[in-house]
Amino acid sequence: MAEIQIKNVAKTFGSYQALHSIDMTISDREFMVLLGASGCGKTTLLRIIAGLETPSVGEVWIGDKRVDHLPPRQRGIAMVFQNYAVFPHLTVFENIAFGLRMNKLDDATIKERVNRTANLMHIEQLLQRYSGQLSGGQRQRVAVARALAMEPDVILMDEPLSNLDALLRLEMRAELKGVLADSNTTTIYVTHDQVEAMSLADRIAVMHEGRIVQANNPVEIYRNPAAHFVGSFIGNPPMNFLNATKGGKGKWNVAGKSFSGPQSGQDNLEFAIRPEDVTLNGGGLDAKVRIVEPLGAHNLVTCDVDGSLFRAVIDSDSKVKAGEQISLEPMPDRIRWFDPQTTLAVA
Amino acid sequence: MTTSSPTVAVSQPQKVVDARKAGSLVFAASVILLCAWVLVPIYFLLINTLSSPEEVSAFPKTFIPPFNFGSLEFFAGFSGIGNALKNSALVAIVTMIMSIGVGAPAGYALSRFEFRGKAAFRIIILMTRAFPLPLLALPLAVMFIRTGLDDTIVGLAIVHTTLALPFAVLITFSLFSGIPVELEEAAWTLGCNRVQAFRKVVLPLVLPGITASAIFAFVISWNEVFAASVLTIENRTLPAFLLQSLDVSPLHLKFAGGFVLVVPALIFIFAVRKYLFAMWGIANR
Repeated sequence: MAEIQIKNVAKTFGSYQALHSIDMTISDREFMVLLGASGCGKTTLLRIIAGLETPSVGEVWIGDKRVDHLPPRQRGIAMVFQNYAVFPHLTVFENIAFGLRMNKLDDATIKERVNRTANLMHIEQLLQRYSGQLSGGQRQRVAVARALAMEPDVILMDEPLSNLDALLRLEMRAELKGVLADSNTTTIYVTHDQVEAMSLADRIAVMHEGRIVQANNPVEIYRNPAAHFVGSFIGNPPMNFLNATKGGKGKWNVAGKSFSGPQSGQDNLEFAIRPEDVTLNGGGLDAKVRIVEPLGAHNLVTCDVDGSLFRAVIDSDSKVKAGEQISLEPMPDRIRWFDPQTTLAVA
Repeated sequence: MTTSSPTVAVSQPQKVVDARKAGSLVFAASVILLCAWVLVPIYFLLINTLSSPEEVSAFPKTFIPPFNFGSLEFFAGFSGIGNALKNSALVAIVTMIMSIGVGAPAGYALSRFEFRGKAAFRIIILMTRAFPLPLLALPLAVMFIRTGLDDTIVGLAIVHTTLALPFAVLITFSLFSGIPVELEEAAWTLGCNRVQAFRKVVLPLVLPGITASAIFAFVISWNEVFAASVLTIENRTLPAFLLQSLDVSPLHLKFAGGFVLVVPALIFIFAVRKYLFAMWGIANR
């Protein structure tokens, strides 16, 4: 049982506020991904949970134990580092056995556990090698095996795949998901790669400037961004945003067209739509095509709508060419609205 | 390593091979020259040491030493040599222990912790080398006599430690900085406290570098002659003893003395040479 509770945690480095009072509960065996651009505080938060950093204020609870005053070794965690941190002076076997030896397990148990986790990560033939003789992907496997061998309540991962090349990353991602699902541990995974986050997470916490902007399951994050930032960060290409002015009760004018929207008191809102949620139909938004990028499965069309940049994903059979005037009709149930002042979503 | 000029390479591409060949020739020549610079004097030292007194002043020299051990035997029988040798070794060992014992923790602190005045501290460490020893010798001698440290192994070792310490601190600082802090952090998450993580992870990785820096301290002490001459009377180290007695000795004995002084340092460095190079695939910076 390892539920993680983060209560009002903040961290300042000198005059720089890295984290602003974070509150978060991660349930037992959940796979939580902290997602954000570099410098958003996600790694700091992970290191606070690990005990490598102390929070300036706030509490961290793992299970029913308050841990923010405990050193890392007393927290029941294991961590996988971005640069693997495989000990270069020890063999792969001794690397995986390192934590078990520190816990004074007997040799038979150590051998059994090292072999089991090595098999799990498919590195059983590398056990007698040193780190210098391994590829990046193999080192990553050793680092994960070393964490798994501890049979921890919580596994913390700090961008574990970011140093691997693209193909290997894809392979390791799928493998990690399977291995961690079987291991019954609570996992917190830090990444800046949204595809990685979407594919791995039970729940994603999107972080921005030291705050958690939204924490929800991947589909919800994608479909219903809680704030402008989430919509502009998640999705490739991200959401399109256009200015909307009030045009009557529940009616909003966007680029010369009228859409029904929230019954809000404001005079201005932000209209948002994902690039794949528009269709090439008459009567939609007037768009002047700037660039057409054929991507195989579909075409990415960059247009100018009402003086703003607007991207649309359309079928690759379409004959749309640069310079043309087209009409893009948003799917009504996919339109989202944001308050330009608070940047939060408006229902 | 290339000495090709770009203009030649552009106008006549086939010449690049020649230029590269010439470059490797220059490289080889430089290596040979550098080796000769170090090895030839040592070789002459060896020949003269192993020659009879008459052969030392003779010319031309023989290429193969005549293996006449007369000078060395006489030198070994010289009263006080054994004692001086022992003193030298003791002072050097105590210097080595003290400079690493103090220098390595300072280097670790400099590389791992942020504290006020860190940059200034590093400069000050270097500045200690700016004081000429002769300037300090007189007040030091007076103070040592007052405290009873004069003419002792420990007293001289303390002076030598102050000479070797700046290097020990700065070398170990760069050594520890070369060890990723994540390795230590990984050890902490795997059940180690700070001391255990240092002992099990950092120490094995820096040991070759620490050894190198210890040897450096040893050699600094072994070769130091000024403080040794001023601060010791009865318990002279080898360089101080030789300075005193060889000044008035014949040439062949001077060579023998030089040989005895050089060889231990050479042997010591040769014995631990592998620690001075790479180990476990990590280069020592």
